[in-house]
Amino acid sequence: MARTVVPFGPQHPVLPEPIQLKLECEDERVVGVLPVIGYVHRGIEKAAELNGFRQNVFLCERVCGICSFMHALTYCQAIEKVMGVEAPSRARFLRTAWAELSRVHSHLLWLGLLADAFGFESLFMQIWRAREIIMDLSEMTSGHRVIQSTSTVGGVRRDINSEMVRRIEADLSRLKEIMDTTIRPVILNDPTIKRRTVGKGVLSKEQAQSLGAVGPTLRGSGVALDVRMTGYAAYKETGFEPVVETAGDSYARTLVRLREIYQSMELVLTALSMMPQGEIEVRVDGWPKGEAISRAEQPRGELIYYVKGNGTNNLERLKIRTPTFANIPTLLVMIPGCELADVPVITLSIDPCISCTER
Amino acid sequence: MPWMFPTVIKNLFTRPATRRYPFFDIREPFPEARGRLYFDTNKCDLCGDCARVCPADALLVDTEGQEIHYDPFKCIYCATCVQTCLQFAISMDNHYMPPAYQKGEETYRAQAAKA
Repeated sequence: MARTVVPFGPQHPVLPEPIQLKLECEDERVVGVLPVIGYVHRGIEKAAELNGFRQNVFLCERVCGICSFMHALTYCQAIEKVMGVEAPSRARFLRTAWAELSRVHSHLLWLGLLADAFGFESLFMQIWRAREIIMDLSEMTSGHRVIQSTSTVGGVRRDINSEMVRRIEADLSRLKEIMDTTIRPVILNDPTIKRRTVGKGVLSKEQAQSLGAVGPTLRGSGVALDVRMTGYAAYKETGFEPVVETAGDSYARTLVRLREIYQSMELVLTALSMMPQGEIEVRVDGWPKGEAISRAEQPRGELIYYVKGNGTNNLERLKIRTPTFANIPTLLVMIPGCELADVPVITLSIDPCISCTER
Repeated sequence: MPWMFPTVIKNLFTRPATRRYPFFDIREPFPEARGRLYFDTNKCDLCGDCARVCPADALLVDTEGQEIHYDPFKCIYCATCVQTCLQFAISMDNHYMPPAYQKGEETYRAQAAKA
């Protein structure tokens, strides 16, 4: 049978961001795929060399619109490592709380997008309505809904007082109730969701490891690997167990994220309850000289920042490796063999963030 | 679908989650929300610290003309200038800037530096 190349994207209704997949099809079956990136490159790494190193925190936050706090956190950790300072412990707990709030919001956003991708509009609307609770908490604690601008070199810029902690506890229990009554039963039981995801885009444990998959894509294939296990920020004190599913298909990845929402809500509460009193920021003098690597777990997987300073206000080099960049090669294994109609769901199942990938 | 039905039916009899802006008022912003910047021209001494720390290049301090040029459309509302200003001349409100038809910068004449 003759093979046809069908371009999927870069502008496609289910894709929030531009990535193109050149799908080689035999009739309705996809036999080959070639991802093409390069539609939203903004030159952030170069811009970071021209800015002052303190101003780069705000630039790094704009690498990604969803997990912006983690970008700022990882960058600040890298600079702190170079300059030999340590953030105060209260700041580390606050960073953990904000990072986990961002994770809940990112996973809820993704669950909504997945529901939208297979046409389950009412579930999409319910999930995004629940997500507003987290957005409000983010605005209440940091002042901004998405790009929080709270992390800085040497600590955090805002504090969470006991009144805010009470509101966070109340709101998270409200969100948990909505999750328990509305969202979780649908995802666990609904046959339409299962028919679109179970057995689609299977990635075995060996393939996931050899292709270098990270985050929920890796953990959905049965590998218990999460950067939070290294205990950066305050994860050592709060304790952390990675969420693992073994099936390796799109449904397993959905379940990993669903369970991580619950886990992250618990982590926010644990971090806030264990948070010690004290300073939230230490004074950082001088300029960075030397190089360092910092890692953090984004909602999509492992995020790596490499910084090299030469003793001036400007960095010599900033290199960002984002999780989607590591996860795109897994599409080459997941997509061939599937139906053309399953491509959107499989592509979304790695939670692609193209703005991150291209910086 | 059966697991979604109770929620869908309940939603038919409850109020909408969205607000019909601008026909109805939006909710009051949180006290800590980052909104508009205000400049106290009586306090400003034109040192230019705010312009140096601004990550978005939204501020320009003209020492000769004794003016502060602020572009609210470039501003990312990070409040670094508010924290940096030694004269406490910049303050931040919790109300957002209203939508505008045209972009443009605001100019303030510093009064304190003259005296």
